[in-house]
Amino acid sequence: MFPLEGSSGPLGPLLPEHLSEFVVGLVLFAVIWVVMAKKIVPAFEAVYKRRDELIRGGIEESERKQAEADAALARYNAQLAKAADEAAGIREEARDSAAQIRTKARRQAEAEAERVIAAARAQIGAERVQAASELRGEIGGLATDLAGKILGETLADEQRASRAVDRFLAELDQLPVKA
Amino acid sequence: MGPAAFGLIPLEGSAPPEFGVQAFDSRPLFPSSVWTACHGEGSLPASCAEASSTWTDVWFTNHIAQAVIAAVAVIVFWLVVVWRPKVIPGKRQFVGEYLYDMIRNGVARDIIGRDYQKYVPYLLALFTFILVNNLFGQTFLFMFPTFSKIGFAWGLAGASWILYNAAGIKRHGLAGYFKNMTVPHGVPAPLLILVAPLEFISNFITRPLTLGLRLFANLFAGHLVVMVFVVGGSWLLLATSASSAGYSPIWNVAGGLALLLSFFVFAIELLVACLQAYIFTVLTAQYVSSSLSEAH
Repeated sequence: MFPLEGSSGPLGPLLPEHLSEFVVGLVLFAVIWVVMAKKIVPAFEAVYKRRDELIRGGIEESERKQAEADAALARYNAQLAKAADEAAGIREEARDSAAQIRTKARRQAEAEAERVIAAARAQIGAERVQAASELRGEIGGLATDLAGKILGETLADEQRASRAVDRFLAELDQLPVKA
Repeated sequence: MGPAAFGLIPLEGSAPPEFGVQAFDSRPLFPSSVWTACHGEGSLPASCAEASSTWTDVWFTNHIAQAVIAAVAVIVFWLVVVWRPKVIPGKRQFVGEYLYDMIRNGVARDIIGRDYQKYVPYLLALFTFILVNNLFGQTFLFMFPTFSKIGFAWGLAGASWILYNAAGIKRHGLAGYFKNMTVPHGVPAPLLILVAPLEFISNFITRPLTLGLRLFANLFAGHLVVMVFVVGGSWLLLATSASSAGYSPIWNVAGGLALLLSFFVFAIELLVACLQAYIFTVLTAQYVSSSLSEAH
């Protein structure tokens, strides 16, 4: 028996019954340790590393995408602002041109109206001159007739006749005579 | 419950006539004629006092066998859980990762800190080997915690002793490590006469002794209690006036009660089995950490 063996000694069960327990325990533990160190732990660590890389890669990827999205958003916003500016400019321009068109149209209409009026006036003037000259001719006759009638028929009412003649002549004078 | 029934299950403990400390004795798997002659019933030959066993009786015992089975189980378990590992773990791998993380992050990284990676395999082997062997105390076919044989406990305590000393010597050199472990920082010189030997004893002698003894004693006592409740309880339950002198019916009641209580004892033993495996691992990590630290 090995000196450190035996459960019947003074130390009782505090000493191994057989040294074989000690040796076998150590050897088995060493074998497990080697398997852990060579196989199990590297396998786990490899998986963890891969997972880590995947997660890190995923985060980087999503960060890159986020940056891209941010840039695109900024670009679109800029474009939108530009478009709004352009639209405002176009509206302004349209308003301006509308006003111009209105002014031009009004001016044209006014000119046309003036022209029409002038033409009408000229025509009226011409007609009046014609009428006046016609009337003058007729008035002479009429006046002669009237005078004849007055003179011939109503001497008694001399005063009234003269007044009528006066009035008539006055009215005649008042009529504008245009060429 | 006779010896024959126990004989059918080769790894289980001794037959009832021997339930005491003798129940912890190993039995050879292939007993030699010498062993059979000296371990039989009745009067034994006088030569048995000297050598009552051959080397096969010592190296092929039930307890050695269950230690081997535990080691194989541990290795197979870990190989199975890391078989074709995937980035997104399945159930099988998840179980492995849960246990692995418990030791790697919960023990190694939290206690040792920097350079913890090197010690993960050792701690992992330690924890699972002790755990499986402890659980054998509650597992049929075995019903015996391997580490209640102190030789196994001394083996692991010795391994941890070598580990933490080697780690310290590698980090600080022999003289530096020795100084670290015996001369605490900030102690006045005259007191060192008192403190240095105490530190030496504490760090180099008490540590491995308590490590081994704690594991052994918890499982030894636990198994003893289980035997008292189960074997003693069933003996009391089955006792009759014909079989035992001084018999009283209260024995049967007490036996039944003891058997009921044994469930509670088994539950406690399960807790102890897991706890002791964890404590041994944590303390080893703790010792490594103190060896590696700059100023002790």
